[in-house]
Amino acid sequence: MTESNYGKIIRDGLWNNNQALVALLGLCPLLATSNTAINGLGLGLATTVVLLLSNTTVSTIRHWVPPEIRLPVFVLLIASFVTAVQLGLHAWFHELYKVLGIFIPLIVTNCTIIGRAEAFASRNPVLPSALDGLFIGLGFTSVLFTLGLLRELIGQGTLFAQAHLMFGEGARGLTIHVNEDYPGLLLAVLPPGAFIGLGMLIAIKNVIDRRRAASARTVKVAMPVREANANG
Amino acid sequence: MNRRAILLAGLILAGFAFAGTLLVVGTERLTAERIAQNQREFLLKSLHEVIPAEDMDNDLLTDHIVAPIPELNSRDDIMVFRARKQGKPVAVILSPVVAKGYGGPIKLLIGIYENGTLAGARVLDHQETPGLGDQIETGKSDWILGFRGRSLHNPTEKQWKVKRDGGVFDQFTGATITPRAVVKAIHAALTYFTTHKERLFDAPAETRHKAEEDDD
Repeated sequence: MTESNYGKIIRDGLWNNNQALVALLGLCPLLATSNTAINGLGLGLATTVVLLLSNTTVSTIRHWVPPEIRLPVFVLLIASFVTAVQLGLHAWFHELYKVLGIFIPLIVTNCTIIGRAEAFASRNPVLPSALDGLFIGLGFTSVLFTLGLLRELIGQGTLFAQAHLMFGEGARGLTIHVNEDYPGLLLAVLPPGAFIGLGMLIAIKNVIDRRRAASARTVKVAMPVREANANG
Repeated sequence: MNRRAILLAGLILAGFAFAGTLLVVGTERLTAERIAQNQREFLLKSLHEVIPAEDMDNDLLTDHIVAPIPELNSRDDIMVFRARKQGKPVAVILSPVVAKGYGGPIKLLIGIYENGTLAGARVLDHQETPGLGDQIETGKSDWILGFRGRSLHNPTEKQWKVKRDGGVFDQFTGATITPRAVVKAIHAALTYFTTHKERLFDAPAETRHKAEEDDD
């Protein structure tokens, strides 16, 4: 693995192959727990930990598992990790665990995790697989967090409400009431708000990508010599 | 695939099942005590929110009974925690009392002092409409705090209703069913307490620790 390959793994995970915005995987927990920034961050990080563990392990054992039983083995491993993460959350982030509820065990069913195990970790060495797990997870978390942030801001006019669920009692002060008299927009908090918000984020990403592609083309036309050198 | 390969695959699968189980069992061992403590603390915190710790000198979590009270909760048993000071009854906390809300059952925790006045009520769980019926939560509005100090005589029997029905309790804009259900459930709890007071305080405490068993 060369350095540029690591760079590609990071860029793919965070942007080019973002699981929520491009692959559109894991939408059920994404839409359900993105009602506040803290909830989104909590579920995103839990998913990231599971992805990191499962990718690393799957890559480690990839030569010992016959192809016929690889999927059941992956599922078994992922389910074990999710249960361990669930117990850990229950022990150390009890209130956050209560809020996220059923969506923590449901991380098992997030297609992203088995997808990365099958498509990447089972074919690549340990280090790139771990990196892939980490950045795919962080890419997913960033979408959950952004969507949560927007829905919370538009829906109830606050930022980081219930921050103490994640960072302890000292973090109560983190909560920002943007406007005390804000009446709230119910739509943003309810499930349709999640769909509309996610749609907007996907649209924004596509616009950015298209602009970039367009400007890359103009650069190519303007400076054909340099471009050829760079590629050579 | 020959027989040997099948056998090998089976063994490998079993090996991973064993490893996975080991991981889960190990984590469970590591976290069990902390989780149990978390649940006790969480329960105790919600109980003390209704009746402050200085009002009692007994251990609420051990001094409780578990009883089916169909009038207050049609499906599950209700836990009755008894607060005492120097052996004298101070109050009971009933949990969960179920009100029939708009979106489903509303689970309430209700504290009642020995003399029949309400110490307070809190919503444990509900599926009411966000922005309308969810004002029963303490985080959303102070409505539920207004029950403190009420009793069967305050207000009178006829006025134990929301304002729209001729009572004294506020309803919410766009949501009448939710507060109506909560008022009705709290009134039912008061009535039940008044008629069964002795039994509730005198029944021997449950030795089984129900609180640790039911999680959700």
